[in-house]
Amino acid sequence: MTTATLDANAQALQTISQRERMWRTFTQNKAAVVGLILVIIVALIALFAPVLAPHDPLRQDTFNRLAPPSSDYPLGQDDYGRDILSRTIYAARISLMVGILSVLAGGTIGTVIGIFAGYRGGATETFLMRVVDVLLAFPDLITGLLVLAVLGGGLFKMIIAIAIVISPRFARIAHGPTLALRERDHVLAARSIGVKEGRMLFRHILPNMLGELLVMASLWTASAIRIEANLSFIGLGVSPPTPTWGQMIRDGTVHLTTTPWFSIVPGIAVFVTVLAFNLLGDGLRDVLDPKLQN
Amino acid sequence: MLRYIVRRLIFAVPTLLAVLTLVFLIVRVLPGDPAQAALGDYASEEAVTALRAKMGLDKSLAAQYMDFLVGLVRGDLGSSLITGKSVAEQIFFVLPYTLQLTAASVLVGIIFGVPLGIATALRRNSALDYFGRIFSLAGLSVPAFYLGILLLLVFSVRLNWFPVVGAGTRGDLGSILHHLVLPALTLGLIMTAYVVRMTRSAMLNILSEDYVRTARAKGLGERTVMVRHALRSAMIPIVSIVGIFAISLIGSSVMTEIVFSRPGLGKLMVGAMKQRDYTMLQSIMVIYALLIVFINLFVDLLYGLADPRVRFN
Repeated sequence: MTTATLDANAQALQTISQRERMWRTFTQNKAAVVGLILVIIVALIALFAPVLAPHDPLRQDTFNRLAPPSSDYPLGQDDYGRDILSRTIYAARISLMVGILSVLAGGTIGTVIGIFAGYRGGATETFLMRVVDVLLAFPDLITGLLVLAVLGGGLFKMIIAIAIVISPRFARIAHGPTLALRERDHVLAARSIGVKEGRMLFRHILPNMLGELLVMASLWTASAIRIEANLSFIGLGVSPPTPTWGQMIRDGTVHLTTTPWFSIVPGIAVFVTVLAFNLLGDGLRDVLDPKLQN
Repeated sequence: MLRYIVRRLIFAVPTLLAVLTLVFLIVRVLPGDPAQAALGDYASEEAVTALRAKMGLDKSLAAQYMDFLVGLVRGDLGSSLITGKSVAEQIFFVLPYTLQLTAASVLVGIIFGVPLGIATALRRNSALDYFGRIFSLAGLSVPAFYLGILLLLVFSVRLNWFPVVGAGTRGDLGSILHHLVLPALTLGLIMTAYVVRMTRSAMLNILSEDYVRTARAKGLGERTVMVRHALRSAMIPIVSIVGIFAISLIGSSVMTEIVFSRPGLGKLMVGAMKQRDYTMLQSIMVIYALLIVFINLFVDLLYGLADPRVRFN
């Protein structure tokens, strides 16, 4: 056996044990495990919505408007006589799609901006980070509202709006470590042998902050789903009749005195989903950044 | 101190200018012609052109930008494109409602959040600590508008303790407070969740510091150690987190105002958006930006009180 393969084996062993150690830290954190399980359940519900939903979420039954829960409709019917349970199940698809895609888009763009600004330094950095600070000054919801006002409603635009809210947060997070990494030996060494900028950013700098970014991604998925519910509630999201939780809650508020479950059910769905991603994010933080553990 | 405040305000000008420019540009790319929107679909083309000229929309972008800045400096926010009423008047009519709501919510957050955060840190892993952690996770995860609806359902619809809509009669303190309870509780409970979490972790960090151990070692009473040594240092991160969430509260107040049908900046903003009222929208954003600058300044001044090392010069 050559030294090279020995080294490779040793390294493989080490990575396995490190992974195992992380997995153990994660599974010891009960809250995190609950979060992960809830995320998986919500994802499965979204994925298998057509199988799980007892009725067509769009089918109207005008003779049974606002009917209370019954054996056929366990959570009752809405103001068009549609099945609230089926609509809640289908709406998970929109929420997860918006949550995940907006974080992927916003996270990627923000991270690239943050790393690029940090690595380049100088006027580029000042300019980019200044813009980031201006965007960060406004509360999430107000930025989201303003962007949607410009873009108009709809699923795709909602994803873009939330991505724009999210990207400056990732830029800030990625910027800090880049400043420190820029001066590290392995980066200096890479630069001295003429590694190109793009490769430098993605191969030598980015991998060192993946943990932090993963934690951020989970926590921001929670926030993205919450923001989507808010914007849908105002009536700026995906257009009806496609069910979304925010919209269902809004439709229900009119009938709060008579059929409160109409609003309550989709609200619980938002709450549980957001909670799941928050728990998962907290758990990941404990695993990936032992310093932050209390 | 006064010099510091003035300097801080001067430093805020470039940031504010950047925000204003961004707002101006964003509002200009909004789809739809406000003149057309104001006159309706059946207006004649001449009428629309005339109104565009009156609104200054026929001028170049640069000229409109200058008009906007000059107007701002004079304190003239223009008149609404839709109703023709003075924007400043409308904003200053609703501003007190938003400020009341924000201030009351911050107060709720501090009153409940700080003691609970300290208590959970001192009794780590006790039943109280678990309660505090579950409470703060729940508060982090519940959308403000949904919590508002739940409170409305329980306390107004079912128990009939509080009014369902509105903000009370102007000038009647009792009525205003009565209308304020549920909205302030909605945002205040969410604020509490964040404050508990941050206070707890700030306290835990400080309790493991050497000087706390030294204070104990030299025989100071537990009470003195807590109040004079631990809590004092914990105030700094707590003040900063209260500031950050006071700002995000301004965002959540939009939803709360809608749920409780309260007049306020947020409700005005959503209305302006739906009607494509450019002048109204950009003025509201300006007010938001100013509020944020002032909150940040206020937080920085509080730092000085919490931490004698911070000097204002």
